[in-house]
Amino acid sequence: MSQARTEVREPLVRIVKRDGAPLRSKVLVRVIAILLALVIDAIFIYSVTGLNPLSVYQVMFGGTFGNGVRFSWAMRDLVTLLCIGIALAPAFKMRFWNIGAEGQVLMGGLATALVMVACGNTLPTPVLFLVMFVTSIAAGAVWGFVPAYFRAKWGTNETLFTLMMNYVATSIVACIVNILRGQASSLGKLNMGTQAGWFPAFLGQRYNINILVVAILTVLMFLYLKYSKHGYEISVVGESENTARYAGINVKWVRIRTMLISGAVCGLAGFLIVAGRDQTISTNTAGGQGFTAIIVAWLAKFNTFYMALISFLLIFLSRGASEIASAYSLNDYASDIITGVILFCILGSEFFINFRLIFRGKRQKEVK
Amino acid sequence: MENLIAWILRAIPFGTIIMFGAMGETMTEKSGNLNLGVPGIMYLGGFAGFASAYFYETATPDPVPALCILIALTACIAASMLGGLIFSFLTITLRANQNVTGLALTIFGKGVANFFGVMILDGATYSAVPSTYAAFSAKLPGVTQTFGVFGRLVLNYGFLVYAAVLLAVILHLFLKKTRTGLNLRAVGENPGTADAAGVRVIRYKYPATCIGAGISGIGGLYYVLDYSQGIWATTSQIEALGWLAVALVIFTTWKPLNAIWGAYLFGMLYWLYMFLPDVLGIHVASYMTDLIQMVPYVVTILVLIVASFRKKKENQPPASLGLSYFREER
Amino acid sequence: MENAIELRHITKTFGKKVTANKDVSLEVRKGEILSLLGENGSGKTTLMNMIAGIYYPDEGEILVNGQPAEIRSPKDAFDLGIAMIHQHFKLVDVFTAVENIALGLEKGQKYDLKEIRKKAGEICRKYHFDLNLDQKIYEMSVSQKQTLEIVKALFRGADILILDEPTAVLTPQETEKLFDVLRNMRKDNKSVVLITHKLREVMEISNRVAILRKGEYVGTVETKDATESLLTEMMVGQKVELNIRRSTPENPLKRLEIRNLSVTSREGIKVLDNISFDVYSGEILGIAGISGNGQKELLEAVAGLQTVEEGGSIKYYPEGRGGAMQLLGMTPRKIRDAGIHLSFVPEDRLGMGLVGSMGMTDNMMLKSYDSGKSFLTDRKGPRELAEKVKEELGVVTPGINTPVSRLSGGNVQKVLVGREIAANPVVLMTAYAVRGLDINTSYTIYNLLNEQKERGVAVIYVGEDLDVLLDLCDRILVLCGGKENGVLDGRAATKEQVGLLMTNLKKGGGEA
Repeated sequence: MSQARTEVREPLVRIVKRDGAPLRSKVLVRVIAILLALVIDAIFIYSVTGLNPLSVYQVMFGGTFGNGVRFSWAMRDLVTLLCIGIALAPAFKMRFWNIGAEGQVLMGGLATALVMVACGNTLPTPVLFLVMFVTSIAAGAVWGFVPAYFRAKWGTNETLFTLMMNYVATSIVACIVNILRGQASSLGKLNMGTQAGWFPAFLGQRYNINILVVAILTVLMFLYLKYSKHGYEISVVGESENTARYAGINVKWVRIRTMLISGAVCGLAGFLIVAGRDQTISTNTAGGQGFTAIIVAWLAKFNTFYMALISFLLIFLSRGASEIASAYSLNDYASDIITGVILFCILGSEFFINFRLIFRGKRQKEVK
Repeated sequence: MENLIAWILRAIPFGTIIMFGAMGETMTEKSGNLNLGVPGIMYLGGFAGFASAYFYETATPDPVPALCILIALTACIAASMLGGLIFSFLTITLRANQNVTGLALTIFGKGVANFFGVMILDGATYSAVPSTYAAFSAKLPGVTQTFGVFGRLVLNYGFLVYAAVLLAVILHLFLKKTRTGLNLRAVGENPGTADAAGVRVIRYKYPATCIGAGISGIGGLYYVLDYSQGIWATTSQIEALGWLAVALVIFTTWKPLNAIWGAYLFGMLYWLYMFLPDVLGIHVASYMTDLIQMVPYVVTILVLIVASFRKKKENQPPASLGLSYFREER
Repeated sequence: MENAIELRHITKTFGKKVTANKDVSLEVRKGEILSLLGENGSGKTTLMNMIAGIYYPDEGEILVNGQPAEIRSPKDAFDLGIAMIHQHFKLVDVFTAVENIALGLEKGQKYDLKEIRKKAGEICRKYHFDLNLDQKIYEMSVSQKQTLEIVKALFRGADILILDEPTAVLTPQETEKLFDVLRNMRKDNKSVVLITHKLREVMEISNRVAILRKGEYVGTVETKDATESLLTEMMVGQKVELNIRRSTPENPLKRLEIRNLSVTSREGIKVLDNISFDVYSGEILGIAGISGNGQKELLEAVAGLQTVEEGGSIKYYPEGRGGAMQLLGMTPRKIRDAGIHLSFVPEDRLGMGLVGSMGMTDNMMLKSYDSGKSFLTDRKGPRELAEKVKEELGVVTPGINTPVSRLSGGNVQKVLVGREIAANPVVLMTAYAVRGLDINTSYTIYNLLNEQKERGVAVIYVGEDLDVLLDLCDRILVLCGGKENGVLDGRAATKEQVGLLMTNLKKGGGEA
C-alpha cells in the first residue's frame, strides 16, 4: 500500500524491505564489508604506527598461521568462542535475547572448579569428570532458567534480566575465588599436585579435547536445530507465537526448555575452559567471550557452521593483533579496536541484505 | 557517626559516576534505543578527557584550571558523542540490531581507550594529570569548618557531583515539561503514532542517542579525572561501572529524578562491605566483600521482576525499546 | 448548501489488478452527516484515506470548500481542516489525554499543557464529551479513546471529520453518546462522514447516504427517502451467477454442536454473544457477517485457541460410534492427540496458519511434526505431501523449500488449504479462504471445498462475498454484532435477505 504514497513525493532514496537476497549478493555484501573493515583498520594502523599496512597484515596473518603452535592456540580460542556461540544459537533462533552467556559460562566454570577442589582427591577420574560435567551443565542451566522462568511467567524483559545475571555470577565467582585462594595473592592452577580434574593431554595438548568436544557440539547443535522436533518448535516460536499456538506448541515450555539448553551449553563451555584450558577459575574465565559470542551467533543467523567461520575470523583478527602488538611493541588492545571495526562493518552491511535502496527515477520499474 | 559520614563520602562520588552513565542511557532509551555500548562510551569519554588533559599539561608548564576543565570536558563529550553517532548510524539508519551493535561498541570503546591509554603510559603502570585533577576536584574552601557535618557531606565534592544532580533535574524537566521532551517520549513509546502526529522520528532518535552518549561519557570522565584522582591505568573497572549504569536505568524505572537517590544508594551498596562492621556492627569474612557487591544487581533484578509483575505502565521500559523503526511497516 | 468536500472522478488502483476506487464522484455538504455505506472491500476506507492524505488518487480531483486541493500527507489534510479517525487509534499509551493532544503540535505555539488542557476542556464542554483529560490512555475504555481522537481532531480545528466504522468497537450506549456528539457537531456546521455498514445507524443519524459497491459509486439518497431494503439492494447489487458446482448433501450427520458460546474481548466487548448452532457432515455451512462480528473468535474457540466464557459448550461427534467429546478447554495439541480431525484455515495465513520463513515441506508438518516417538522430525512424509500439494493444486514456487512468504497470496493459500485438506479432516473450518485471490485460484478453492463436502466432511466457510456464500453454501448462518441473526437456506435465500440480516440485528435476535 505504501507504494501509493511514494508516487507523489518521491524522496531521493527510498528504502524497501527485501524478501531474502540471493546467496550471491549476500556473500558479496559481506565480503565487501570485511574488505572495507580491513581498509579502515589499515588506515588506523598506518596512522598510529606509520607502518606499511600490508606488511602489518602479513605479520597479522602469522598470528594464526605462523606455526603449528600458534595455529593450535588459535583453535583453542576459537572453540571457546564457538562453544558459547553454539549455546546461544537456540535461544536467539527463538528470538530470546540471552545476553547472559558470560554469567552462565562463569557458573559452569565455577561448578567445575568446586568439584575439582572438593572431590579431586576422592573420586576416581572417570567419575570425577562425570560429576564435573553434570554439575557444570546444571549450574549453567539454572542461570539460564531463572530469566526464562520470569519471562514465561510475567513477561519480564529477558535482555535486561540476563544482562544483570552476569554480574551476580561475577560476584559469586569473585567471592569463591577469594575463599579458595586463602592467603595466597592469587588462585593458581587447581589441584596442581595431583592434576585431578585436568583434561589429559590429547595429541599433545589438554585443550585438544575442547576442540574435539566443540567440533562434535557444532554438528550436534546444527542437527538439533535443523532436524529435531525441538528445533522445529524453536523455529516456529521464534517466527510467530500465534502460529506456534495454532500448531499446538506449548510456547512457555519451549521457551524455558530452550533456555535450559542454552544455559547448559554455556555451562559446558565453562567446564571446558576450566578443565581443558585454564585449570583454574577467575572472574575472567569467560573473558568477555560471552558478549562476543552474542555477536557471532547473531551474525551467523544461528547456523553453527557459519558461527565457526565468524569465530575464526574474529580469533584470527585478535591473535593477529596480538602478533602485531608484540612485533611492533604495541599492545593487545589493538585487537579490540580491529574487532570492533569489523563488527561495525558487518553489522552495517546487513542493511544491504535486508533492504533495497530505490533511487529516484527508477520507480516505474519497481512499482508493480 | 563518623563512619556513616565516611561511608556517604565514598558513596556520593561513586554514585556520581554511574548517575552520569545512567542519565545518558535514560535519554537514549527514551528515544527507543537500547544502547548496550554504555561501558564503551564511558571508556571513550574517560579516556578522551584524560588524554586531552594530559597533552595540555605536558604542553604547558603552567596549566590553567579552567582550561583543563574546558579541554577535558570538550574532548570527553566529543568522543562519547562520536561513539553515540556510530551506534545511531548503524541502528537508526542501517537498522542493525541494537543489542549486538551496543555490545560491539563496548568492545570497540574499551579497545580504543586502553590501546591509546597504553601508548600514553608508555611502559609506566599509571599516568597522571595532577593539575586537571585539582581542577575537577576543587572544593569550596573552608566549608567543612563553616558548615560542619552539612558542609562535609554536601558541599565537599568536585563540581561534577553537583552538575550531575542539576542535570538529573534538568533532564526530568526536559522530559516532562517541554514539547521536545514529550515528542521524544512519544518516539520511544510508539514511533508510528509520533510519526502520524508529524514528529520526525529520526530527528529525535539521532540527537537523543548522541547527546545521551555525551552525558554517559562524562561518567567516565568523572571516574578518571576526579574519582581516580586524575590517574589513568589500564583497567576493566570502567566496564563494570558501565553495566552498573545500565542497571541503574532499570532501577530508576527510566526516571531521571530517581537516578539521584538511586545512584547514591548504589554507591552505599557498593561500599557496604567496608562499613558493615563499623556502622552496622555486622562482621563478615573478607571474602564476602565481593558477594556484597552484587547487591545492586540483585536489587535491579528484583525491580525488573516486580515491575513486570505489577505491570504498572509507568514503570515499564519505553514500549518500542530495542526496535528499529521502519515507516513502511505500518 | 455549500459543499465541504467534492470528489470528482476519483480512481485509485493498487498494483495492476486491484482497483479500489473507480471514477467516484460525490460531495460532502457543510453541516451534514453523510454515511458512506458499502460491503467489506467496497473501497470506502480507501476513498476516505485519499481525503485524509494517506493515499493520493491516481486520477480525479478533490475540492475542499470549493477550492481544488492537493492533499499529499495527513498534515496537508489537517491544514485543510480535515481529520480522519481510523479504526486503530493513534495514541501513546502511557501519556495522558492532554499529552496526546499536545503531541506533534506546531512549533510556533507556546508549549503549555495548562493552556492546552483549558482549550481541550472547552471543546469537551461544548460537545458534552465525557472525558478526563488527565487520565492515561491505558486506563481508558475504547470509547474514551475514540472520544479523545475526536477531541484531538477538533483541537486542531477540524471542520470535516471522517470516522471509519466508529461503532464497531462500541456498546449500544456508547454508540448513542457518540451520535449525540456527532449531532452537536452537525449543529455547529461541521461535516461528518461516517463509514459504516450498519443500516440502523445510517437511518438513525445521517442526512444522506452514499453507497459504494466494488469500488464504484452507486448513488446517494436522502435518508428520509431511504428504506433499509432499498439501501441493502444498492449495497449488495444484483445477484451474480458464479456457477459454482453445488451438490445436495447426502446423509448429513451432526459433527459439531455449539451451545451458548460467548467470548468477551480484552477491551470488555462481547464479541460473541450466546451463539448456538450445529454443523453437519456433507454440507458447507456458510457464516456471513460484516468482518469483525465474531467470526474469528468463533472459529478459534472451536480450534482451542480462544478462551470463552463459562457456560458454553462445543461438542464434537466423531465418525462411527464413539460418544460426543467436549472440545472446550482442550488445547490444539489435546484436540489432535484425541484423534479429532479438525482442520482450520485461519484468516491470517502467514501470521498463524503458516511459518513464512519456512518452505512448503516444513510447513506441511506444522501440525504433525510431533507424531511418532522419534526425537527427530521425519521430513519424508511432509516432503512427499509438499510435492503432492504442489502438483495437484498447481502451486507456483521455485521449489518446495523456498520460504512461503516469497510466494504470491494465491499460492500461499493453496499451500495452507492443501495441508489442511491432506489431514483428512472430519470438520474443516475456513476463514476468508478466497480473500485477495484471483478468480482462478478462488475456483480452485471452491472446488476443493466441494470435494471435501462430497467426501462427507463438515465444512464451515466464513466468507464476505454474498454471491459466493449463496452459490457455495448449503446453509448460511448470519452473525451480527456477535449474535446469531438467523440461519438461511443457501439455495433459497436472496442477497437482500442475507444483507439485511448482516446489517440489522433482529429484535430479540438469536431465533434461528
